[in-house]
Amino acid sequence: MKAVKVTKEARSEKAHIRFRVNGEPVEVAFSPHKTLLEVLREDLGLTGTKHGCELGECGCCAVLVDGRPVLSCLVLGAAMEGHEIATVEGMADGTKLHPLQAAFADLGAAQCGYCTPGMLLTAKALLERVSRPSRDQIKAALSGNICRCTGYIKIYEAVELAAAWMAGEQAEAPKESVYGRQ
Amino acid sequence: MADNNGKGPSGLRVIGKPFRKVDATAKCTGETKYADDIVFPRMLHAKLFRSSVPHARILSLDTSQAENYPGVKAVLTGKDLPKAYGAMPVSEDEHALAIDKVRMVGEPVAAVAAVDEDVATEALDLIKVEYELLPTITSIQSAIEHPEPRVHDHGEVGNIHRRQVYEFGDVEAGFAEADFIREDLTFYEGSTHLALEQHASVAQFSHDGKLTLYTCTQDLHYLHKALVKVLGLPASHIHVIATPNGGGFGGKCDPFQHEMAVSKLAMITGRPVKICLTREEVFYCHRGRHPALMSTKTGFKRDGSITAMHHRTILDGGAYGGLGVATGFYTGTFQTTTYQIPRFKCEAVRVFTNKAPCGPKRGNGTPQPRFAQEVQMDKIADQLGLDPAEMRKRHLVPPASLVANWVRVGSMGLGKCIDKAVEGSGWKEKFRKLPYGKGIGLACSGYMTGAQTPIYWNNMPHSGVQLKLDRGGGVTVYCGSAEIGQGSDSILAYIVAEVLGIDPFDIRVVTSDTDLTPVDLGSYSSRVTLMTGNAAIQAAERAKDLLKQAVAEKLEVPADRLVFADRRVFDAENPEKSQTFIEAVWLAETKFGTLGTVGSYKPPAGKAKFKGSGIGPSPAFSFTAAIAEVEVNPETGIVVVPRMWVAHDVGQCINPVLVMGQVEGSIYMGLGEALMEEMTYRGNRNVVHKFPSFLEYKSPTTLEMCDIVTYLIEDHDSNGPFGAKEAGQGPQLPVPPAIANAIFDAVGVRIDEVPITPDKVLKAIRDKAKGLEGRYGPTKFTYPSEMPAPIFVPTPFEGGDGKPVERQPVVAHA
Repeated sequence: MKAVKVTKEARSEKAHIRFRVNGEPVEVAFSPHKTLLEVLREDLGLTGTKHGCELGECGCCAVLVDGRPVLSCLVLGAAMEGHEIATVEGMADGTKLHPLQAAFADLGAAQCGYCTPGMLLTAKALLERVSRPSRDQIKAALSGNICRCTGYIKIYEAVELAAAWMAGEQAEAPKESVYGRQ
Repeated sequence: MADNNGKGPSGLRVIGKPFRKVDATAKCTGETKYADDIVFPRMLHAKLFRSSVPHARILSLDTSQAENYPGVKAVLTGKDLPKAYGAMPVSEDEHALAIDKVRMVGEPVAAVAAVDEDVATEALDLIKVEYELLPTITSIQSAIEHPEPRVHDHGEVGNIHRRQVYEFGDVEAGFAEADFIREDLTFYEGSTHLALEQHASVAQFSHDGKLTLYTCTQDLHYLHKALVKVLGLPASHIHVIATPNGGGFGGKCDPFQHEMAVSKLAMITGRPVKICLTREEVFYCHRGRHPALMSTKTGFKRDGSITAMHHRTILDGGAYGGLGVATGFYTGTFQTTTYQIPRFKCEAVRVFTNKAPCGPKRGNGTPQPRFAQEVQMDKIADQLGLDPAEMRKRHLVPPASLVANWVRVGSMGLGKCIDKAVEGSGWKEKFRKLPYGKGIGLACSGYMTGAQTPIYWNNMPHSGVQLKLDRGGGVTVYCGSAEIGQGSDSILAYIVAEVLGIDPFDIRVVTSDTDLTPVDLGSYSSRVTLMTGNAAIQAAERAKDLLKQAVAEKLEVPADRLVFADRRVFDAENPEKSQTFIEAVWLAETKFGTLGTVGSYKPPAGKAKFKGSGIGPSPAFSFTAAIAEVEVNPETGIVVVPRMWVAHDVGQCINPVLVMGQVEGSIYMGLGEALMEEMTYRGNRNVVHKFPSFLEYKSPTTLEMCDIVTYLIEDHDSNGPFGAKEAGQGPQLPVPPAIANAIFDAVGVRIDEVPITPDKVLKAIRDKAKGLEGRYGPTKFTYPSEMPAPIFVPTPFEGGDGKPVERQPVVAHA
């Protein structure tokens, strides 16, 4: 995936950081030019976080840093010392899916699934900030995450459904979302 | 042909219900392993050295420094992989690495495997190549005007790759019957798939001489065949595993250079080798929408009925053949499936240029002519003072008909689609009645559900399914289909669950693995649900028969009275007399031995008997009507699409929520092509791609995406599994013309070219204000000076038998 060249000298001495990933302390050493995305995928084996463009445009690589969505392809791993990272692997509570994960799965909001981790984490940050976002707030929050499969509609509906569940409602997706308008 | 209109047929417990996809949970937890997520111990990383020039002879290539660079394990050049290959047997013009000549910027010339990506990237800088530059062919016009230098020697003439000319019935006789004739020129710009997953592959070569390739491909069977050819290994020693595709849209159908290179590097080094392309490299792989310049001449009567159509397309194919010959055919096949066209002539010309090769993007070769046709229909209605929705409805192709070009239409729900979209959108209150700047437009389309003919000639099934039943009551379905996000894995589980009366999540699905699964031809031409679905039904029915025989013996009831539902097998007349599904499996395994069945599917033979008639016919056609509402800012030319109403005839939903997703995703992709997506080049700057990046190739975000009101029409087709037809491509086709037609309604200008960017709209508005035509689009149709005589085939209505005939002076039939 790498598009930039790094000199041999820069690679020779490894960066060494301690941070928290999905609630657990992690210590890792890596070539200092590596992005957080590369550290997560290559050094920690957390391949749930995807890459799609190398320049912070597609949103596939979004993770939460201290609860805020960050494009992990634009952040150096070395800058993460002491921070708290959340990736898609940490979203479920044991075997219980996060409501966003369940709603995405139920509504077919993950087609090819490649944008899904970034979408889920960005949506999670939104719902932590605004518990019942309007459709326009959802669109604004997800405007940096590109999906080529769904046309976003099922994603909005899944975020709305998850928000309702998280508010304690026994909500179902509107019939029109599932069967079309009659 | 019952219409259930959203409600599943009675008695079905799985089909028509919104079950989760079998892979949905894994995709939402990050567990799904895409190709780039695969890691092996001692794995090397590969990089490709790519041409920096668009057209040149390679005078010398020196890789010695790269070979000696610390950490580099192998370097390949074209001579290491000399066999040509290509997606279609008729144009195998590609090499894994260029030999003697490069034909586009970005063409791979050498490949390096090294201990990591950094070392491999550094080694690329040490490769020395000397080029002798050749003049470039940059566009349709330059390809036609400049037969030399030839991009390829195998084309028909000069830089023309292929010319295809067909005439079904005498079109001149048809034009003679017309009250009016109009000829319109349109241009449809190229665009790319922009799947979020960048192509990636991992190859392993075992010490017993067998190759395993994990790769994101939509068509693993065709890739397998190409690997056999290029690598020189027996097919039985090559194991291709298609990893879940992180988006395909047609962009992962062709066999690719990096797949060949990484395989060979594994064979040389004996170590696993991975390659993951950068986004820039994905733009060079391309295989996206062909830019198309079109002329559509149509004769019509005062009531809007069509007497004849002559459609011509010139396609800019880019540097290689790929699947482009098929694309050419598809520009002249489906016009006839929607409104009655008694005589039809189609011509397609595909040219070679020094640009990334075009290929099968969603709708392969059909969105372009559909744009031309539907915009022209709007002009015809306007000219005749007719309502475009009513005019279309009045002349629909009837169900179960063989149309002029010998394509068979089965179920045909377009009338219902038009009604739903018209009613839902408030069309009658809005059309030609909205204030200046706001408009509404309609377009329709028809699309195939699977190609009738495989890409290489054979008489074998297009899709195979094997079932294994185990004593625990589990069922495993094996099928070679490739999951690209559309839900093809899930379809297998739903269908087998329905037939055997078990839960879809009792079923394990094993797909896209050439060692384990029977051949399915791949995820293209909207074929998968219909073909794997029918094969799965056959395999499941055969398993059901075995279970029935064993249970009938045990319960002492006639086998044909047994019903399978809720994980039980019971007597329809005494439902308390039953066995659990697990007991049924035990009984059957005791009686018959190990349980396994197979099913296969091959489309019914078509009636056409002319050369090229294999492309076009399909077991079933889906239909779509789309209405777009637009807001055009006359000061800036900016077009906003707030909402679309789309009605799609899918035959039968296997899973409605997945059909909704396919329809919505198609509308999205159509919106992108209509308003912003374009794969363009700086022709005067060495034919460099204008913007090979996600940042500058504009695609719709949440902020540009329109709202959609979707109606699912279920006009069952007897060829589809449970009556199902396609949903993944057809709904895209009417989007660009619906938007163009809405713009005319809004501001009275015609934009006969996509993408409809603000500059074009503004130019047309300003021209109109100056008293000019108020149109933006091509004004000149560049065409080869010589075209072959058409293959002339009398239509079914004229008593033809599907065979071509020598041209006769045709007497116009009454």
